[in-house]
Amino acid sequence: MVYSFPEEVLEYVFAFLSSDKDRNAVSLVCKSWYEIERWCRRRVFIGNCYAVSPQIMIRRFPEVRAVKIKGKPHFADFNLVPERWGAYVYPWISAMARSYPWLEEIKLKRMVVTDESLELISKSFKNFKVLSLSSCEGFTTDGLSSIAANCRNLRELDLRESEVEDLSGHWLSHFPDNFTSLVSLNMSCLGSEVSFSALERLISRCPNLKTLWLNRAVPVEKLASLLRRAPQLVEFGTGACSTEIRTDIFSNLVEAFSGCKHLKSLSGFWDVVPAYLPAMYSVCSRITKLNLSYATVQSPDLVELISQCSNLKCLWVLDYIEDAGLKALSSYCKDLQELRVFPSDPYSAEPNVSLTEQGLVTVSAGCPKLQSVLYFCRQMSNAALIAIARNRPNLIRFRLCIIEPQAPDYLTLEPLDTGFGAIVEHCKELRRLSLSGLLTDRVFEYIGTHAKKLEMLSLAFAGDSDLGLHHVLSGCESLRKLEIRDCPFGDRALLANAAKLETMRSLWMSSCSVSYGACKLLGQKMPNLNVEVIDERGPPDSRPESISVEKLYVYRTVAGPRADKPDFVWTMDEDGALRFS
Amino acid sequence: MDMISKEHKKEKLGFEETELRLGLPGGGGIVNGDLVINGKRGYTETVDLKLNLALKETGKEENSQKEKNLISCSNDSIKSPYKAQVVGWPPVRSFRKSIMAVQKRNSEGGGAAASFVKVSMDGAPYLRKVDLNMYKSYQDLYGALGKMFSSFTMGKCDSRGMMDFMNERKLMDVLNGSDFVPTYEDKDGDWMLVGDVPWEIFVGSCKRLRIMKGTEAIGLG
Repeated sequence: MVYSFPEEVLEYVFAFLSSDKDRNAVSLVCKSWYEIERWCRRRVFIGNCYAVSPQIMIRRFPEVRAVKIKGKPHFADFNLVPERWGAYVYPWISAMARSYPWLEEIKLKRMVVTDESLELISKSFKNFKVLSLSSCEGFTTDGLSSIAANCRNLRELDLRESEVEDLSGHWLSHFPDNFTSLVSLNMSCLGSEVSFSALERLISRCPNLKTLWLNRAVPVEKLASLLRRAPQLVEFGTGACSTEIRTDIFSNLVEAFSGCKHLKSLSGFWDVVPAYLPAMYSVCSRITKLNLSYATVQSPDLVELISQCSNLKCLWVLDYIEDAGLKALSSYCKDLQELRVFPSDPYSAEPNVSLTEQGLVTVSAGCPKLQSVLYFCRQMSNAALIAIARNRPNLIRFRLCIIEPQAPDYLTLEPLDTGFGAIVEHCKELRRLSLSGLLTDRVFEYIGTHAKKLEMLSLAFAGDSDLGLHHVLSGCESLRKLEIRDCPFGDRALLANAAKLETMRSLWMSSCSVSYGACKLLGQKMPNLNVEVIDERGPPDSRPESISVEKLYVYRTVAGPRADKPDFVWTMDEDGALRFS
Repeated sequence: MDMISKEHKKEKLGFEETELRLGLPGGGGIVNGDLVINGKRGYTETVDLKLNLALKETGKEENSQKEKNLISCSNDSIKSPYKAQVVGWPPVRSFRKSIMAVQKRNSEGGGAAASFVKVSMDGAPYLRKVDLNMYKSYQDLYGALGKMFSSFTMGKCDSRGMMDFMNERKLMDVLNGSDFVPTYEDKDGDWMLVGDVPWEIFVGSCKRLRIMKGTEAIGLG
């Protein structure tokens, strides 16, 4: 019988449960299991910082060691969320500083982090080990100085893709001379040059350093010296590699790389002069991840490098690779799981490279393990999509961006409904999908019918009517995140599927046809949702109710309406009254 | 739309050599009131004015989004290489846009987009402008600045004297016993000494240049 197990035994068993899903399930069995589990949960993941409050988290889980929090909606990456929208981390840090003195890990994504927050982190948690700020903003290099100076046991400092106000490179010099615990450092987003000698010394005294992503300011002629001090590196990101090629630089680099027997991942390569690439050939056969998305190198040079990477699992590259390069990829890299092709010139109407749908079709045919795709191109056809779907039913993530909005099948001039329909029909494990091109309501019918495991869907310039949105909301059983821009979806589908929104993390709709009146109604009907209208034209009730709102962000929450709204966000309250910020 | 551009291009090929042009710097021209896709820099200067494209370093232009920001080319009959641009589309992150803009500028030898900055010299009656993309290194830039401001030092020192000073960044007695130091204002609004950072990074962050009197430059660098 369950109730005869002593607590210690249950706690011991629960310690083996790492997934949140399992721990949540365990918590629902009975009250005593709930109690035991909540005291021994060490890691908490909060997918939406406004879905729950720091106080609620702390009350339920008093002994947390690691926290991961996400803030702004994904479309913030493309400047669709206005500045000052929110996602401030300070209230979380300040609450945790009081209640989690043994906190070791803070990982944040798309949050606003101030120097004040960083200083508080550096002073509040004696055993602090991991700070990861992904796509965050609001802090300066002064905040980094606090972290460097005070976090004596720091293992990871990862600033990937954050916008940091770069006052100087001096922050790195704040790591004390007896600081040796660094395992991972990602400073690739920073602009300023750090003191090179401080960097060398830091690397020399941290024997466990496995990950080092430099910033652009570190020139290629200095890389050899760093690599020689850290031959144990597993992940390495270069700085700019634009110095005119010289034999001594090159041969030093060759020697240094050949000493790195554990290197699995390479990145950086800003402005890389192609002649430097062969310096890396000695490590290529062990490389599993290669990020060449900052390298403006032409296809033949890319192919030379890639053809040596027989164990490549993940490739990020610019469209300079072209169809020919992708063909080579598909023949040399049979273990490829993830491919991302970024546009070198996204704003040009004419193609500047010879990259078409054919490249993706070829890779889908040649790489049997391919499961994750992000692909920017200028033309697509239903035939190609159908081929991709048939070739790769094991796809999990498929994000296609045809650069011209509403571009039809370039062969038949039809919508791309059947093509994407084939994707969702064949790829039964698909979890993430981004659509583009000319699409009618029909594609949503296919999605609602087949995409039963789909968790995240991104739409732009697609569909004809509310029916499209209705198909998605009523059919996609696993849907957690839906983000929509510039689609003719309005009130009816939204209100008819209001209950669905409580089963999802969030819904974003901008430049659609949802009226203010419908937003108010939704807010009234659904007390467990925050229905936030974002409108920079002024208070929505200064306009007729039938007017569409600019942007709508709906998310489930147990924390009630948020108190930190800026003046262009309104929460639709249950009693129908406007809440001003 | 592809059809129209191809036809149009065919037309243009025949006319190029015989048409009179107003010459914009870099060879771009205005022909019959139409935009000519000719000297890259001239064309995109015009386009830049109209479209305020994210060819410049930061994606900050897109941060202000009061209305849906739909900007279209004025002349529809010409297939411009830069079509109507919508906020946040295509979905490329700002840091990728900046990187590609800078790299494009560098890889095309400065042909794609101009990066003009004002240059002031203490004591000179007027300012000048330089396109930083025209130079590959600090040496190049110093040479050009020396020539540009030599007229103000004529009679007291020749342009080579000025150039030597700047190349070596010595605080020499050049003009009336005062020293000159090249400085620049960066993206953050701070005044920095020219020459500390790699050239490409300087080009990306320099907003204006000021050739300061040495007496005022104490405290910099």
